[in-house]
Order: sequence, then C-alpha cells, then structure tokens
Amino acid sequence: MKKIQLQTPLSKKEIKKLSVGDTVFLTGKLFTARDETHKKMIELKKKGKKTPFNPEDMALYHAGPVVRKEKNKWLIVSAGPTTSARMEIFESEFLSLFGVKMIIGKGGMGKETLKALRKTGAVYTHFTGGAGALAAKAIKKVENVYFLDELGIPEAAWILEVEKFGPLVVTMDANGNSFYEKNKTK
Amino acid sequence: MAKISKKNIEEILIEAIEKAETELPVDVTKALKKAYNIEKGLAKIQLEAILKNIKIASREAVPMCQDTGIMSFYIQAGNEFKYLTDLKKMLGKAVKRATKEIPLRPNTIDPFTGKNENNNTGRYIPHITWNITKGNECTIDILPKGGGSENMSALWMLNPGEGLGKAKKLIVEHIKNAGGKPCPPTIAGIGIGGGADICMELAKKAVLRKIGERHKEKKVAKIEKELLELINKTGVGPMGLGGKTTVLDVHIEYAHRHPASFPMGLILQCWASRKKTIKFTKKGSIKII
Repeated sequence: MKKIQLQTPLSKKEIKKLSVGDTVFLTGKLFTARDETHKKMIELKKKGKKTPFNPEDMALYHAGPVVRKEKNKWLIVSAGPTTSARMEIFESEFLSLFGVKMIIGKGGMGKETLKALRKTGAVYTHFTGGAGALAAKAIKKVENVYFLDELGIPEAAWILEVEKFGPLVVTMDANGNSFYEKNKTK
Repeated sequence: MAKISKKNIEEILIEAIEKAETELPVDVTKALKKAYNIEKGLAKIQLEAILKNIKIASREAVPMCQDTGIMSFYIQAGNEFKYLTDLKKMLGKAVKRATKEIPLRPNTIDPFTGKNENNNTGRYIPHITWNITKGNECTIDILPKGGGSENMSALWMLNPGEGLGKAKKLIVEHIKNAGGKPCPPTIAGIGIGGGADICMELAKKAVLRKIGERHKEKKVAKIEKELLELINKTGVGPMGLGGKTTVLDVHIEYAHRHPASFPMGLILQCWASRKKTIKFTKKGSIKII
C-alpha cells in the first residue's frame, strides 16, 4: 500500500508497477466518459471515422459533472465519479481501441475489463464516490468539451486539466489482480 | 424566519434546495466523523476524502456530489394552507431556477427519446407526495437522491410463511452484493407490508429519519438494531473497500399486509444523505431546518 504521485501521459512501466491497494494522486489530463460517450467513440472508431479527440494520453474518468459557464468559459462545479459497472459492456473494447492506461471510477468493474486491463496494460482506480466538491478543487481547467449538444452535460466528454487528483485507490491492476475478485472468494 | 409573501416563497424554496445540496445535516456529518474515528487503512482514506469534501462543499456553497439527484418533495399541508393549490407550480419553478442558479446537474431524461430537459423537471418530476391535514401550517421535506444508490433499490414479495427471518437474510445479502455501488456508508430504508408500491414508498420515506433515531415501536426498533449490526459485520465498508461501517443506520417503516403477501422494499441512501425541511408556521413565517 503505497502513496504515489503520477503525471499523464502515463508510461507502461509506471502502470505495471502499480498494485491493488496503492493510492495515486494524478496530475495531467482526464476526459470524462459515461455510457453514451463510450458508445459514441467506439462507433466512430469502428466505422473508420475520425474521433473528435485522441484519448490515448489521458486518463478515462467515469463522471458526469455539474458545470457553470462564466464569460464564455466552462467551470466545473462538482465532479465526483459515477458507477463504473455500467460501462462494463463497453470497456474492454474501448481499452483495445484507444489504449487508455488509467480508468478512474467508483464501485469497480468486472471480469472482461480485468482481462482487458492485463492485455492492454492499464489500471482501474477507485475515487471516493460522491466527493464531487473535492474533485472539482483538483480540476484546474476545462480544456474542451465534445458531444455536448448531442448528449447533454452529464454524458458529454469533458477534457480536464487536473492537479493532484485523488485519492485514487488502485483496485484492479495491470497484472490481473482485482480487489473485487479477491473479496468474492473470501 | 421570514414573513411569507408569494414572491419570496420561491426564493426560500431555492435557498432550501441549495442548502440541501451543499450542506449535510448534522446527524449525518456526526455519524461520518464517528466512522472516521473507528476505521483504518483504505476505509479511513475514503472517510477522510468524504469529510474534506463536505467541508469544501459547505464553505464554497457547491453541490457536495455531482449527482445532485432527482428531487422528491414530501408535503404535509393543512387544508387551510394559503398556498395549497399554488405549491406544485411553485416547486416546479423553484427546481428549474435552482438548476440554473446553484447550479445543479440536469438529470431529467425522456426514457423514450433520451432527450434531457435540462431543468430537472419533466413528467411526474419533481415527485410530490401529499399528506393533507387540518389547519394552515405546511411542512415540506426535500429529498434530492442520486442514481447510483437508487439503482441498488430492491423489492421482494416474500412468502408469508418465511416471514421476517428470510427478510433479514435477504437485506444483508443484498447490501453485501451491492458492495461499493451505492456509495457506502449508506442509510438503509426498509418498508415492510402494504403492497409493492406501499412498501417502496415507506422505504424511501424511512431514509429521511434522523440517524440514531429508532422506530417508536419496540418490536421494530429491535429489528433495526439487529440489522445494523448484521450489515456492518459484512465488512463491505466505506466505498466497498472493506471496513466496519457499511451502513450508518437502518430505518424501518411498516404497513399492515395482506394475508397472502409479505412485501418488502429496500432503498439505500448514499453517505451524501441530503435532506432539508421547510416549515410554514401557523403565524405566517417560514423557516428552513
């Protein structure tokens, strides 16, 4: 159980070193994606169309924020994690298509994602559910937003710059270990 | 306390919604602090983040959780309450304005088209439960509730022959399987009896009760205490990462049942158990509690 500071873009080596129980604070770039953005991005990629952004060097955050617009600039008011289990049906495909190295969510994910994390060299981290105000404090800037008109505020893809975002507890690592599987067999 | 005029009621409703979204009630904060003191390891890290989050939210008047929920109002109004017939409209307007002004996350979506109304109102939403009494007073309980915990709700139509013993087992098992999904430590609201709809309604109302307050009837209070202990022995812990605190409390409400049925509903409320009460007094003033 270590406390680790990391910065995006994340390297394969850094990810491999993380184990279940480690706590990470992340600096760099995140993009939010819930059910609809997952669906949309996978569809575009599979049709051979261009995606509006390249997620590869960012962490994927399961979240739908409360936002406010001030002088034409978006501000994040509150932005804790959403339940990751809903994204289980998309995640293994998403990881293979886009090469994202870190997922941030809450509540954990299933077997398919665990397999994909191992295969693609990525980790799943758990952020404290409901800690929306704490998360917003660590978000320094909204860099962009995609699919806003089409999907609405919660489901849109928000590109965020963060500083010491966390605590993120590694609960599924890149070596096939899952906190959730371990607890099931107990 | 403020004097009532039609104009300022809307402002006070918005203020109450803002307070509900940004400040946790004292009983909840106290229970979370107590949990922080007894937990260690990952559980303590989670509670530390929760307590920090509560502080930031109330200091900066921002919603403590990004899922600002769908709004339910429980109204107890006297038949002579001056604004009885206007209240529904006023609440709808207040929710729309609160969504923009606080702001809240727009959470009302047409299930057929997927269209977001962008103002937290829509068909049957906000949900209002009426209880009409005598007199000119009115009490409104505000309950904004998030989707993550609501998704872990359950309804059982039990065999009366299996009764309470089975009921207890099912509750403990369900909360164990839910793990971190409803954002524990949660408050478990349980409704027993009536019909399918009645027990679910009672279960939801039960989460409004103060933490630590037992049901008035001893036979019910005893089961609340027993379940509290059993659930916290599962080890699910804060955010499902292991620990002693899975629920902050268990509240049961009941109705008489049909001889052939034993309905039981479970509603879990996340640690961000947001609630506020507005009281219109006899003498014509309003207060937010």
